[in-house]
Amino acid sequence: MARLFYSERGDHIESTEPVRVSRYRGITRLNHWITAGSLILLALSGLAFFSPSLYFLTGLFGGGQIARWLHPILGVVLFLSFALLFLQMWRLNLPRPEDTTWVTRIGDVVTGHEERLPELGKYNAGQKFIFWAMSGLILVLIVSGVMMWQQFFDGLVPIQIRRIATLIHALAAVAIILVFILHVFAAFWVRGTLRAMTRGDVTGGWAWRHHRKWLREVAGRGDRGPAE
Amino acid sequence: MSGTAPQPTTAAANPPVQPMEAGFGTRDLVRVSATADLPAPDRQLTKLAKLIDVSKCIGCKACQSACVEWNDTTPEIGENVGVYENPHDLTPDMFTLMRFSEWENPATNELEWLIRKDGCMHCEDPGCLKACPAPGAIVQYSNGIVDFIHDNCIGCGYCVTGCPFDIPRISKTDHKSYKCTLCSDRVAVGQGPACAKACPTKAITFGTKDDMLALADDRIEDLKSRGYDNAGVYDPEGVGGTHVIYVLHHADKPGIYSDLPENPRISPIVEGWKGVTKTAGMAAMGVAAAGALLMGLFSRGNKVEAEEEVAAERLVRDREDI
Repeated sequence: MARLFYSERGDHIESTEPVRVSRYRGITRLNHWITAGSLILLALSGLAFFSPSLYFLTGLFGGGQIARWLHPILGVVLFLSFALLFLQMWRLNLPRPEDTTWVTRIGDVVTGHEERLPELGKYNAGQKFIFWAMSGLILVLIVSGVMMWQQFFDGLVPIQIRRIATLIHALAAVAIILVFILHVFAAFWVRGTLRAMTRGDVTGGWAWRHHRKWLREVAGRGDRGPAE
Repeated sequence: MSGTAPQPTTAAANPPVQPMEAGFGTRDLVRVSATADLPAPDRQLTKLAKLIDVSKCIGCKACQSACVEWNDTTPEIGENVGVYENPHDLTPDMFTLMRFSEWENPATNELEWLIRKDGCMHCEDPGCLKACPAPGAIVQYSNGIVDFIHDNCIGCGYCVTGCPFDIPRISKTDHKSYKCTLCSDRVAVGQGPACAKACPTKAITFGTKDDMLALADDRIEDLKSRGYDNAGVYDPEGVGGTHVIYVLHHADKPGIYSDLPENPRISPIVEGWKGVTKTAGMAAMGVAAAGALLMGLFSRGNKVEAEEEVAAERLVRDREDI
């Protein structure tokens, strides 16, 4: 099989009239939603410790003690779950020349002038930013988080290092929540995107408009994927 | 009940024996962790302090025993590794610890055996309280006592991060933080702390902070007359002063007393974390969330057009014909 530059091996044309293109297989979607769920629960419990005005959020978990116990465990779940997602997605998130063009024409992105943008593979530069920001921040959060994990890792690092880890953990947490907001907003704003992570496929028009190189490569392969 | 317990001015006197109302309580709180806008108390209690005169300490550990007895803790039986400290560090069950250090005085070329009773310093500006995320888990009374309210403690260990003296310890059993209470329960009923009461040489004394500073001055004068030119009091200003103060014969070098910090203060990292990071972070997240919500609700969205569906169909069909 020819080397793929813009698509994953499993991506395939599901139907031709109308065109539907499979974007994420079931296991990837499950992986994504476990990651998403743990990130949301981490944000809720973490925010409770971040500001007294949000401490009431511990009530969602059954109180401060349970939230304190659960938060780092969820952190490990997020880390492992995202690691699997990372392995599936990193290759197509590597930067490509057309990303530079896309970024310089960010005004056309925001105003929806797709026709003035270069043809793109499976991910645009914005999606790649989300991917790498999540990857980096999750790594920072798990490392600093373990240093703060009183229950199992007290004494792992000196208190001065723990102070720095705590500050970095808070800053990285704020950053990842901002990235998360951007991610969710973009998924809603670009209509037709959500179904890629729910039903697993997108319409041909969506693929044509936003990821034409990806569509070309998937269509050009001729095979209908492993399912047929 | 017959009246309210007086504020104790010494640990030496015998306490009143008739049942009495506590001398201070929640109405005397001046600081409460993770709680803004605490109403100011309607009275100001006399500031209290425990004075530890290092030059009079003989290292008998009666204070440790009294502390264990009063607080009903049961420190684990340790292992002798050839040092005097027992246990080897403060623990959730050992709120105070005699720390021993051998120091060779370069001026006299003599070995000095320095013994310091370690434990919570009851800072006027407590780093533990500043760092604590749980409302009401750490409180400060207007007499200067900093106390942990265990019902509200969640065991996160932020107090450990905040403390400039490395004092709080988190229990592996109930996952709550423990430290010296300055015997707030005894002080509330007119008694001094158990350690001060038990001390056989009066190296530990207790009373109003003014009295303790005056007593410290007497002791420093005496020490200076005996050749300890650098004798002085340890009441560090970086944390606003403390309610446990030391008389040191070498006050110019607190570090020789088992690493007593030279100039303790709440770490700027902790201040930055609880200060600007929290404020700016909350603002950034709030603005982003509100902005995304409004944009999401009111913007038209980026929609796929009908001709793009057609174009995709043509593309797929053409490829299949090849």
